[in-house]
Amino acid sequence: MTQAATASVGQPAIPPLHDCRKAFAQTLHDLAAADERIVVVCNDSVGSSNLVSFARDYPGRLFNVGIAEQDMVGVGAGLANGGYIPFVCAASPFLTGRALEQIKADVAYTGAAVKLCGMSPGLAYGPLGPTHHSIEDLAWLRVLPDLPVVVPADPAETAAAVRWAAQAPGPAFLRISRSPVPDLPPTVQALEPGKATVLAAGTDITLIGNGTLASRCLNAATLLTSEGVSARVLNMPWVRPLDEDAIIAAATQTGGIVTAEEHSIHGGLGGAVAELIVSRSPVRMRILGVPGQFAPTGSTEWLFEHYGLTGPGIARAALSLLGETGG
Amino acid sequence: MTELRSRPGSTAELGARRDWLEHAEAADRSEHLAAAATALRRRDLEMITAARMGHIGGDFSAADIVATLYLGVLRVDPEAPDWPDRDRYIQSKGHASAILYAALAMVGFFEDEALDTYMAPLSPLNGHPNRRHVPGVESNTGPLGHGLPVGVGAALAGRLAGSSRRVFVLTGDGELQEGSNWEAAMAAAHHRLDNLIAIVDRNGLQQGARTEETNGLEPLADKWTAFGWQVLQVDGHDHEQLYQALRGTPLAAGKPTCIIARTQKGHGVSFMTDRVEWHHKVPDDQQASQARKELAT
Repeated sequence: MTQAATASVGQPAIPPLHDCRKAFAQTLHDLAAADERIVVVCNDSVGSSNLVSFARDYPGRLFNVGIAEQDMVGVGAGLANGGYIPFVCAASPFLTGRALEQIKADVAYTGAAVKLCGMSPGLAYGPLGPTHHSIEDLAWLRVLPDLPVVVPADPAETAAAVRWAAQAPGPAFLRISRSPVPDLPPTVQALEPGKATVLAAGTDITLIGNGTLASRCLNAATLLTSEGVSARVLNMPWVRPLDEDAIIAAATQTGGIVTAEEHSIHGGLGGAVAELIVSRSPVRMRILGVPGQFAPTGSTEWLFEHYGLTGPGIARAALSLLGETGG
Repeated sequence: MTELRSRPGSTAELGARRDWLEHAEAADRSEHLAAAATALRRRDLEMITAARMGHIGGDFSAADIVATLYLGVLRVDPEAPDWPDRDRYIQSKGHASAILYAALAMVGFFEDEALDTYMAPLSPLNGHPNRRHVPGVESNTGPLGHGLPVGVGAALAGRLAGSSRRVFVLTGDGELQEGSNWEAAMAAAHHRLDNLIAIVDRNGLQQGARTEETNGLEPLADKWTAFGWQVLQVDGHDHEQLYQALRGTPLAAGKPTCIIARTQKGHGVSFMTDRVEWHHKVPDDQQASQARKELAT
């Protein structure tokens, strides 16, 4: 694990944490310098999408449509129709909730090469409450045909996702986290569509996470090692298309699967994994996320703790599952 | 699924027709466009009676607008439907797909015989247009209030590209109850998109009743004006008015254009005209026979 060298003797090092919006914005800025087709559409979110320097350096290529998400997505589709590569950036709850029909019809069904960027998803807005939480976006979008859904886990993967999206001929949804995450081990250089990466090898159980939960799955695996449990850890940024081979291998080679995501337990990554294995290779699962409820007031980290979306929480779920299966 | 292919020679044919219309006397032009619109209605009638499904009332209210656009106004290339510098026509009232398909076939984006498959299993000609299967379709519409935002984006793209191409969006009038249209209307005026033309098919009827009895739109012209658009009202069944209005856009530099075309649902067939039930009613044999007679000339 990448760790900062500043930890004092005898204490675990605390790795530096990152807001992935920064890597997102920097990568988009760099790509835009080389490709004039790259434009941005946003909804009064120039600051919250970290697009101030884009607006400054590429005047005329950022369209702030104001607080009008349906128009925003339609405008993106129209720009794509004209041969441009629009990155449509907005807080994920409003992008995906308010403009869902535009995403379905104007983008996915039309096949318009719009790059939808859901900023600050999941529980990022913490105490602002469930209106601002975006724990439904993966469920809403992963059912749409022809719309890849990507949930990067750290700055490097975020940058890779932006680079992939910019050159992909079709649309995409990128879920860009603001909740702080550490750097993951550098397992791959480029993002390969539909491929998970193995963050840790293991044989007793598999932990699958993405976004902010990938590093927490890795922490859980470390904790499980001290319990004598060998946990495989998969980072699964692609909710669509799924890495079916990696999931089936996990199901057949390990005793169970725990998924963890900054999302509702219904319809997200865990749901996608469950849908696959139930017909191909059923094993017991634990799906960790926000249970079917509107979250109470609390900071993002408090909510993570509240719902067990932490290394220890994931490890507890794994041990509980292994207890049931006799593993 | 059948792949639709353009009719060979259609590009030259359409170009010649557009040139002829441009230089014809107004009366001759009107006669030509009227005949074409009637032919579109006849073809539409056969498509809908064969499919036993469709939206004939809205097809017929828009037929003269669609005929005028495709024959005399739009700079499109049936043999190169993705020509980057083409004018864009986005039909927001996607349910009027039959009249759009009939027009696309008439100018050669695909062969007329494909229209016989309208809404049949595995036909590319769905009840609402699908760009990925139908050449000439710009955006997949059907849910209402989607066309104008896409039109704003297409107009921004045209400006960014330094192109003189124009973007035409045809909306129904009932669908103006969707707020997304007004989001787009604000954006178009804010960005001074004078390459964008919204055409409102103002037939006064929505699916179940008159617009003014449902959620009134009037004063409609004042609304567009207040949103920063230059507005022109025309008789949506007068081909010369339509031709001059559509060719004469933008009406004002730096402002998007709204053409409110006053129309009648079911126009062209006496018993359908201005009758709300013909929104999506399918003619029986006797009604179809009567409609054919009325559309014979």
